[in-house]
Amino acid sequence: MQLQQMYQEIILDHYKNPHGRGLRDEYDAESFQVNPTCGDEVTLRVRLEGSGEAATVAEVSYDGQGCSISQASTSVLTDLVTGHTVAEAFGTMDAFVELMQSRGQLEPDEDVLEDAIAFAGVAKYPARVKCALLGWMAFKDAVARVADDTAPASSNGEHSNGVTTR
Amino acid sequence: MTTTTAPLDVAALRADFPILARTIRDGRRLVYLDSGATSQRPRQVLDAERAFLETANAAVHRGAHQLAEEATDAYEGARATIAAFVGADPGELVFTKNATEGVNLVAYALGNSATSSLPGAARFRLGPGDEIVTTEMEHHANLVPWQELCERTGATLRWFGVTDDGRLDLSTLDSLVNERTKVVAFSHQSNVVGTVNPVEPIVARAREVGALTVLDACQSVPHRAVDFRSLGVDFAVFSGHKMLGPTGIGVLYGRRELLEAMPPFLTGGSMIELVTMEKTTFAPPPQRFEAGTPMTSQAVALAAAVDYLTAVGMDRIAAHEHELTEAALRGLGEIPGVRIVGPTEAVDRGGAVSFVIEGIHPHDAGQVLDSVGVEVRVGHHCAWPLHRRLGVPASVRASFYLYNDLDEVAALLDGVREAQRFFGVTGAA
Repeated sequence: MQLQQMYQEIILDHYKNPHGRGLRDEYDAESFQVNPTCGDEVTLRVRLEGSGEAATVAEVSYDGQGCSISQASTSVLTDLVTGHTVAEAFGTMDAFVELMQSRGQLEPDEDVLEDAIAFAGVAKYPARVKCALLGWMAFKDAVARVADDTAPASSNGEHSNGVTTR
Repeated sequence: MTTTTAPLDVAALRADFPILARTIRDGRRLVYLDSGATSQRPRQVLDAERAFLETANAAVHRGAHQLAEEATDAYEGARATIAAFVGADPGELVFTKNATEGVNLVAYALGNSATSSLPGAARFRLGPGDEIVTTEMEHHANLVPWQELCERTGATLRWFGVTDDGRLDLSTLDSLVNERTKVVAFSHQSNVVGTVNPVEPIVARAREVGALTVLDACQSVPHRAVDFRSLGVDFAVFSGHKMLGPTGIGVLYGRRELLEAMPPFLTGGSMIELVTMEKTTFAPPPQRFEAGTPMTSQAVALAAAVDYLTAVGMDRIAAHEHELTEAALRGLGEIPGVRIVGPTEAVDRGGAVSFVIEGIHPHDAGQVLDSVGVEVRVGHHCAWPLHRRLGVPASVRASFYLYNDLDEVAALLDGVREAQRFFGVTGAA
């Protein structure tokens, strides 16, 4: 019973048929995130059009290895942010983070979170919240790196604090 | 009188462990298969800790009042009990926060020997050109402290490789451990793949070249009779909470002459001999390595755990776990799509069984197992390099102890098949 609550059909669909998977060559910034407790990892790239909070998320692509929750959540992410402004995307992200940290006490807003409401059941399992947020942390970091990189980016990938950029 | 080979009465033992009576997720029987991470505690251990606190609690090794005397006797009595259990003298046993701190204590003491004025500290000094040897199989606790010691001293880290089936590759023993080697640090039994490593040839080679040996015995001491003196290692560590004892206490064993010559790691109260504003001289071991107020009730409870294990009999416990391990290896091996990570035969192998299920991430497998009450560990189990070497990002680990039975092995196998059904992975019969 509880298992079905966590592994909603939407999650399993995204896991088996992920959206946005496979790194694109054209991008502005990349972030590499790992979950140190399990070794799951995601590399995520973003391409923006325009600048600042008004910039539009033109494309998100990713690759990685991980559980169904982390992979499905990243797949849903690409649907939710692509074509939206950075400000809108971050608003969605905040709503998702709030949902995930609610221990299952929050009723998600489907208008904002769309497919991501399926993760409400995951929020009841504290050990899996990190899985659901892995891709989102990569997205947040990559966008921040685009902003930072109005200054020239280093060309060959720097590793620091478990994060890669280029 | 029972013989040492009589099988365990698991049902009777289980009655000693209150937590095993609780249920998990919708009233499922708790099937606890994560003792490799932490074990459960019998009433006897809980009672011993409570009794100490209710009757004899005081700061040890200070104060002349009666409670202080009784507390000190209990603390030092615990040390003697635990020392006898692992073939050591009480003076060779240092209480630490956990086994990780024990490894760090040795690593920092070696580093501190560079500036120590203790006579005899020179033999511990390390520098550029010296080598520390560890293995690809280690828990991070027996790897990272050595990486860091190399960083601080300029010494070089080298390591034994691991074979495809999860055994140490000792073919390079004579070249890897050579006249430049100062330390050889290795685990007695892998916390992931269960492999029991041959201590004798490694110690023999280390002695030939004058290197110190450090044994991670966290997964061996709780599960079978271990005698450090007859193994011949210089140092060894193990933790209380993996052997029916409390968290917050670990043990470092060191040969007496080494502890006597070794500079301290942590300094402060309790570890001194004479203090002036200019300078301090240190107490003899083990007090030299126990700065500050020690974990008193934890030591008493760990001694109670040792008494409990001794009363059951370590040989019987080892034989029981061997039977469970064989059943798990056989059962998992018969499920299509399951790959056992590590040795597939219960030879020189303890009761940690790691595996992956084709098409199901270990996290997801663990979630399904949890939903039927089977508590296992998922992830890399603090041994990331070993997982990388064996070609898996993570694994599911079931680990057994004296209170587990064959029904629980069957529950594990059922849970694995349930995971395959749930995720629609072919393989389940």
